Amino acid sequence: MAARHIPREGETRIPSGCAIAGIMDRSGARHDGTDILKSIALMHDRSNGLGGGFAAYGIYPDYADLYAFHIMYESREARAATEAYLEHYYLCEKQERVPTEDHPAIKNPPDIWRYFMAPHPMRLAASGLDEAEYTMRHVFHINGAVDGAFVASSGKNMGVFKGVGYPEDIGEFYRIADYDAWAWTAHGRFPTNTPGWWGGAHPFTLLNWSIVHNGEISSYDANRRYVEQFGYDCELQTDTEVITYLFDLLARRHGLSQEMAAHIMAAPSWRAIDAMAPENAAFETALRTVYASALVNGPFSIILGSEEGLLALNDRLKLRALMAAEKGPVVYLASEQAAIQVVCPDAENVRSIEGGVPFVVQLDAVARRKQEEAAENRAVRDWPLEHEVGVQPRRRREA
Amino acid sequence: MIETIEIEVTAVAVTGAEPPAAEPPTATRAEVALGLSHFKEANERVRAALARADEVAVTDAHAQRYLGCALPAGKRLAIGGTPGNDLGCYLDGGAIEVFGDGQDQVGNTMNAGSITIHGRCGDAAGYALRGGTILVRDECGWRAGIHMKEYERKRPALVIGGDAGAFLGEYMAGGVIVLGGEPGPYVGSGMHGGVIYLRRPLAADAVTSGLVQAPATEEDVPGLAELIGAYNEAFAGEGPPLPAPDGGWWCLRPASARPYGSLYAH
Repeated sequence: MAARHIPREGETRIPSGCAIAGIMDRSGARHDGTDILKSIALMHDRSNGLGGGFAAYGIYPDYADLYAFHIMYESREARAATEAYLEHYYLCEKQERVPTEDHPAIKNPPDIWRYFMAPHPMRLAASGLDEAEYTMRHVFHINGAVDGAFVASSGKNMGVFKGVGYPEDIGEFYRIADYDAWAWTAHGRFPTNTPGWWGGAHPFTLLNWSIVHNGEISSYDANRRYVEQFGYDCELQTDTEVITYLFDLLARRHGLSQEMAAHIMAAPSWRAIDAMAPENAAFETALRTVYASALVNGPFSIILGSEEGLLALNDRLKLRALMAAEKGPVVYLASEQAAIQVVCPDAENVRSIEGGVPFVVQLDAVARRKQEEAAENRAVRDWPLEHEVGVQPRRRREA
Repeated sequence: MIETIEIEVTAVAVTGAEPPAAEPPTATRAEVALGLSHFKEANERVRAALARADEVAVTDAHAQRYLGCALPAGKRLAIGGTPGNDLGCYLDGGAIEVFGDGQDQVGNTMNAGSITIHGRCGDAAGYALRGGTILVRDECGWRAGIHMKEYERKRPALVIGGDAGAFLGEYMAGGVIVLGGEPGPYVGSGMHGGVIYLRRPLAADAVTSGLVQAPATEEDVPGLAELIGAYNEAFAGEGPPLPAPDGGWWCLRPASARPYGSLYAH
């Protein structure tokens, strides 16, 4: 296969909206991709065919303990180089092409593979990192240093299916109706500033995190400079990826709850802090001071997926719409209310997500576990093997 | 895909020559089921039905945008399901009634007529409203009544029975907002015309600078009574009615006609 030139982010500017949706069963029961496909398809006109994608949690129960990498290749060489690299650092249990179906609307797709792998025990131990940190670094290496290879997802028991096209076509191309997941998110893209390419479609992922985003991050460069200090290379030049990395930094590395991480990104205004009781004001001031560069500005609505569940967040001024509703254990989220009702006509508790207020949907099992946990974070010294201690210098770019 | 059907309930009975233009069209009813059809096709079918009938029942709406766009006086749309964004945009005298919820930008730049929603609606309801009346039975999203305006006798009104999101009446330049529930923060941010009626006074520090809060006076009663009456009539039996106009309403008005006149001046 000859290498093709596929336009990358930043080469062109295309002026723009987007559609996002999420469906989650809090009981952990799994549902196929039919509903999420129908929900995102209803919002067809919020996308323009330049990107669509889905994140699915709980789809690989047989390999639940292994990292499931979905990787897109633009050339045979890219695959050879990536597989040689992975073979060095991981033990691969299974590798295969992601099943796809020819679709008239999906043009020029990359070669898409998935790998179920465990970190190579000796190399993991030698790295001095925990397995999440170890995996994150290899993801960044592949994305940054292997030309024509892009890791679409790298979590456990989850996967991302995305590409250039309308989301309903992408979903059919990947046959997402064949997968069963307890949480689904979806995105229909209307790129604002950049062309669509397969890697640049949403969801953006790292480890178990996935983000679908409607909006534009005007603080992108400030946030990017901040996360790059901690080894997150923003290779995709797309504002959304930085939100994924902020959640990874604040929640996985700093041990904050996802809700607190979201609160930091959409912190209360100084005027609101001034009006608070002194102890609250002191707390909020400390947060805003320590995490000044993690404040996300601009119009956005996002749905974060993780092993805990979903989290929805609107910017503080609510410049984007996002609706929520529920029916029994199932929670629905969508940019437009009708996109919920089309799959659940008798959905209850229909309401909008407020600006700057994280909307958290946890698996029942996770919620129970959290309730039993102490309110305080565990000190890092008590879990050194699970956590990378200290700030590493930015690693040198190889090749 | 849901099969879409179109039934004309009453056929127009026209025999012989066409009736003279001055004569009002024969009152008829038509029904259009939208299902999952695209908004372009949906609007074409609704417009075709409206050309034949004065009253069109739209059923099974699923987020089709721009329904009832620029609907003229004498025409009526009754909508079942969830109509899409920009419902009744540029409405020009027609009447729209939704038996369900509205999405975002209900009545965007509406000029005249009425929109009645038996449910809630999304963000920016009555965006740049310049005439006519919007009645929303339940709550509404953020920025309801943003950029409402008035000119001489054209004085638009937005009545919301439930709570409102933040920035109610943002940049409001004219017209009337009546809120039955609680407002979110930043009511009337940038407001420089018109009036917002509230059930309860805002805390003093919640009143945006440049606005004056005061109890509604006798001068307010006639206008307020008309809107409250319209709301209570439209939603009779569907929930608690709004209290009488002399029942302790409060109003928010800009302190001066040009509160920002000196903002960018030297």
